[in-house]
Amino acid sequence: MALRRPNPLFRNLAAKAAAVPMILATLVVFLGGTIWTVVHSFTNSRLLPRFNWVGFDQYDRLWESTRWIVSIQNLMIYGSLSLVFSVGIGLLLAILMDQKIRYEDTFRTIMLYPFALSFIVTGLVWQWILNPDFGIQSIVRGLGWESFTFNPLHDPQLVLYGLLIAGLWQGTGFVMCLMLAGLRGIDEDIWKASRVDGIPAWKTYLLIVLPMMRPVFITTLVIVAAGIIKLYDLVVAQTSGGPGNASQVPAMYVYDYMFQAQNLGQGFAASTMMLLSVLIVLIPWAYLEFGGRKHG
Amino acid sequence: MADATLNTPARSITEARGTKPKRALSGRNIMIYGTLIVFSLYYLLPLWVMVMTSLKGMPEIRMGNIFAPPVEITFEPWVKAWSQACTGLNCDGLSRGFWNSVQILIPSVILSIVVASVNGYALTFWKFKGSDIFFTILIFGAFIPYQVMLYPIVILLREMGLYGSLWGLVLVHTIFGMPILTLLFRNYFSTIPEELFKAARVDGAGFWAIYAKILMPMSLPIFVVAIILQVTGIWNDFLFGVVYTRPDLYPMTVQLNNIVNSVQGVKEYNVNMAATLLTGLVPLFIYFVSGKLFVRGIAAGAVKG
Amino acid sequence: MKPFKLATALVASVTLPAAAFATELDVTHWWTSGGEAAAVAEMATAFDASGNKWVDAAIAGGGSTARPIIVSRILGGDPMGAFQFNHGRQAEELIEAGLLRDITAVAEAEGWKDLINPPSLLDACTLDGKIYCAPVNIHSWQWLWLSNAAFEKAGVPVPANWEDYVASAPKLREAGILPLALGGQAWQSAGLFNVLMATIAGPDVLAKIYGEGDAELAAGEDMARVFVAAASARDMSRGSNIQDWNLATNMVITGQAGGQIMGDWAQGEFAVANLVAGEDYTCLPGLGVRSVISTGGDAFYFPVIDDPAITAAQDVLAATLLKPETQVAFNLKKGSLPVRGDVNLEAANDCMKKGLEILAAGDTMPDVNMLNTEDTNNQLNDLFVQFFQDGSITPEAAQASFVRIVETKD
Repeated sequence: MALRRPNPLFRNLAAKAAAVPMILATLVVFLGGTIWTVVHSFTNSRLLPRFNWVGFDQYDRLWESTRWIVSIQNLMIYGSLSLVFSVGIGLLLAILMDQKIRYEDTFRTIMLYPFALSFIVTGLVWQWILNPDFGIQSIVRGLGWESFTFNPLHDPQLVLYGLLIAGLWQGTGFVMCLMLAGLRGIDEDIWKASRVDGIPAWKTYLLIVLPMMRPVFITTLVIVAAGIIKLYDLVVAQTSGGPGNASQVPAMYVYDYMFQAQNLGQGFAASTMMLLSVLIVLIPWAYLEFGGRKHG
Repeated sequence: MADATLNTPARSITEARGTKPKRALSGRNIMIYGTLIVFSLYYLLPLWVMVMTSLKGMPEIRMGNIFAPPVEITFEPWVKAWSQACTGLNCDGLSRGFWNSVQILIPSVILSIVVASVNGYALTFWKFKGSDIFFTILIFGAFIPYQVMLYPIVILLREMGLYGSLWGLVLVHTIFGMPILTLLFRNYFSTIPEELFKAARVDGAGFWAIYAKILMPMSLPIFVVAIILQVTGIWNDFLFGVVYTRPDLYPMTVQLNNIVNSVQGVKEYNVNMAATLLTGLVPLFIYFVSGKLFVRGIAAGAVKG
Repeated sequence: MKPFKLATALVASVTLPAAAFATELDVTHWWTSGGEAAAVAEMATAFDASGNKWVDAAIAGGGSTARPIIVSRILGGDPMGAFQFNHGRQAEELIEAGLLRDITAVAEAEGWKDLINPPSLLDACTLDGKIYCAPVNIHSWQWLWLSNAAFEKAGVPVPANWEDYVASAPKLREAGILPLALGGQAWQSAGLFNVLMATIAGPDVLAKIYGEGDAELAAGEDMARVFVAAASARDMSRGSNIQDWNLATNMVITGQAGGQIMGDWAQGEFAVANLVAGEDYTCLPGLGVRSVISTGGDAFYFPVIDDPAITAAQDVLAATLLKPETQVAFNLKKGSLPVRGDVNLEAANDCMKKGLEILAAGDTMPDVNMLNTEDTNNQLNDLFVQFFQDGSITPEAAQASFVRIVETKD
């Protein structure tokens, strides 16, 4: 059954014509733009992209910067926590939402509405709520618990968790939607069969449904991870990278150097390092996904 | 298997997933609703703060307590955010960019979703030589910080003669929406049994016929997700909107940014909150309307499939 | 001959009926808050009166947001008619790339050379003897804002200079008042440090270090004193749980904090809260140590556009921006000082008048922006935000890092 082998010519032509926008976008924009960025990271471009070769100077400076090193450590901590909690909470909520509950529309809207609001105000509101002088801490103290301390945004050890609370607030609703779409795409026969066999619901989820949702998990992982790597507005609005440099993230370093410091070369070098690390994760994945597997 | 799937592609709207108990106050229900309500409180707390702040005057905000309801309710911040806040000379608030945003939103959402769903479809069922490599590059594209691509795209659009036009911006949104949307559709389509596709091919259906008649109706949940994602992203986009268009096409977020993001001068937090909530209303409305399709889409699929 | 011709052309375009010459000029700037927008409106009105049309394209968020937009439009071949930049070294590259217009002719016709005070403002617009921008206002950083109520509550007199202020800090703490309010954003920390440097070590030291990259001076005795002062400022600001500068100002307004070091734009916040200078709050230019203010500010640049009508309109705009009436109307609303010494600002409040006196006496210094590239400023931001938030960094260690930045600066 060589269904994907050339049949009448024009049918494949339709499929190929349909893929042209994708091919152009990948080659010209994503590949071309990346090469452009990498090449310019070896120049001393400042306000305008220019072509004065300086070798690895930008990289030397990058790796000497404590701010950059702190940024990377923060990204790793924040990123892994955010990934685990986004997927965990999103899945939990989606499963609950899929129990044929009442007021599904209301609950979904409540969970999803933060996704509609700008990061800048998200950061501002959470900055207020977590502010020790007029947020949660002062309320609890006002209730009589004088020694209550909850000041994550001004403690370098805790500031990433303060960001996490706001980040999850904004994004988990969308992850829930993805998971819900995944759950609803699963054939009802599977549930019928497992019910007939008397398998408890939790076991059906764990052993049958979740493995079937692998593609949805991959989608979610990519979306969440891409969001984490680009994390910028929220940090700027909520902590400005502070206290000190304690909540700096790489994207902030990139943008600050590109547009604030007018040092495009330095920003490009930093983003090249970010892209390199993405590649290190992505290539083994692509190999596993496409290399060994037979599509069927 | 193919037949079974064709007839009941998924459960109908009235059927519950999971087990079936109907008792109202079972322990299971308490757990489900209890958890949902606790999470709802977490999601609603900032909304409370935003709404309360937006109904206070600035002197009251200076006094402190962010959780307290306003002593004196004022709708002035809302009026100001919508129709009076100044952007330089133009003191007509958010209303100014509203239609520009709509004008940008509609073609961008439609085009990006059409292109990406066709990509996903081609990548799932019509693989061609090297398609996996393109797909991998595309996924890689999802991780590129937008700002890095700003200048190369300016040059690209200039060479295409699209710089400064609405269609240039639509193109940019389509391109940057492509990685994640394509992934979304490809992965969803790959859960659809291939037998279905094969059967349609045997019946003589072509590329577009299969896409429109079989795949689309079966995939409404994922279209809803894509709509949510794109509407949010494009409606809230600020950078592309100002970098790739001219002032007469500037979207509403330019006004929002001007209200919320002023560096010097007096910050009016009540107007900030009102402006944010106002700007969020359009995506919210679309979530609410399209969200119902999560359930209905499957019912439609059951009829058509 | 040429300047004369131009001057007549200017006069002509001002006096002729609007319809004949109406050219639309879109202007990008980042003045978007209430007072700022009102100030811009004054400029636009003046420009529209010349028969042209100001098309407003305001983008908030300061330079880091507006800069990519401005540069993109210029690179994209569809530049705006004029745009605002902080004058200083930021626009150098655009000028070198031939993307900005030389407006020397307008400057000569209008006699800017003799009018603009201090002259350093015009120098910042000049590259290789040609003038590329029109300065419109002066903002200064060297202000200490003090809450009279806070000092009254602490039972100490309102200090008259930095030393008294530092000495009164323990009393303020005892009274439960934060001595010095400081927002967590990096630019505020670096700004505070630069003010200490300009007042305690003096403007000459600052000019040598930032202007000439004098690393020896940066490592020297004078700077060591500045770093010690910065360390006491750090102690005084411990417990500032805020990010935005205006929340810090608000702490001073409400008496929760004793004072704040911030530029003259903070005055707008006091005005909105209906506080009276001298009665409710005190302002000390140059921290009361040294009567000096920096003359940073904003300027307009004009991209090269191949259209004689637009070029003419750009000339008119440049001339209009510095006319005495525009200067007075604009700066009163903006809260900044005019760039020409020959205008009358009777409506100014106490603090603004203090600034005008210092300006008239010629006690000015160049703004840090004119001496440092933004790249260097960013490195300073990174250093000082860390220093002010982390009490474990010694002044000596911070000075060593500072010297390294000065050594490698360009």
